[in-house]
Amino acid sequence: MSKTSRTGITAPANAKKDAIIEIRAIAQHDMETGFRYTEDGKRIPRDIIRLFTCRYNDEEVFKADFYPGIGANPLIIFTTIAVASGTIECKWTGDDGYEAVNQVKITVS
Amino acid sequence: MTVLKVNSITPNLTRRLYLSALGILGLSSWLTPFSAGAKQPEAMEAIAKIVGSNAIQNGRVKLVIPPLVESGNLVVLKVAIESPMTSTDYVKAVHIISEANPLPNIFTAYFTPRSGRAEVTTRVRLADSQRVWAIAQMSDGGYWQGYADTLVTLSACTEMI
Repeated sequence: MSKTSRTGITAPANAKKDAIIEIRAIAQHDMETGFRYTEDGKRIPRDIIRLFTCRYNDEEVFKADFYPGIGANPLIIFTTIAVASGTIECKWTGDDGYEAVNQVKITVS
Repeated sequence: MTVLKVNSITPNLTRRLYLSALGILGLSSWLTPFSAGAKQPEAMEAIAKIVGSNAIQNGRVKLVIPPLVESGNLVVLKVAIESPMTSTDYVKAVHIISEANPLPNIFTAYFTPRSGRAEVTTRVRLADSQRVWAIAQMSDGGYWQGYADTLVTLSACTEMI
């Protein structure tokens, strides 16, 4: 897996103050488990995303630890409260220096 | 005469024994998919590691996975925990533990009072028909658990490529 890959987040662009909004984040990643073998009996080394964090105006609102049990191209859907206008930033970090960051703007009225 | 008689019975008996043993073996292979117990102690160990010496209560945690899945490679898993999610009473984390995967931990999600709802959806790998556990850790130090059973017809994780 390369050092980074395509990732994306979806969140509503506008929200009412104190409403609960849904955020969807997806990353393109093989999530190689480390339990598979090639035909000639070599073990394929583990290469997965280990950590997902979501910061809302620089405050951490959600975090998740991943293990090989997460499927390829991980998708994660979670919620947060729209407190103020600003940016929502999602970050994926994984093996072999993998890192990907996505930002999305939100306007709260 | 008596010697001859014994000789003629014993081969028959062993053959019968052998055949019935084969039958039992055949039957047991039918029963194993439901137990899938080989990895279960590991899962219980993983749960004990999370909980420590605290007691776990049943309830409040709702784990949703399809009861029957064709391929274990991508299974949509949703977990929701009943909680007011206020700054004084909220869900700190939820741990998803599998009974039959090569590694019992699937993922751990950490919530904050700003999460609004203690709910998360993702896609997981399941190596076999099994029971999946969700252990929720509350801000007051309590632990709650829930589980879901599923049948997997094609497993994930260990296949050759």
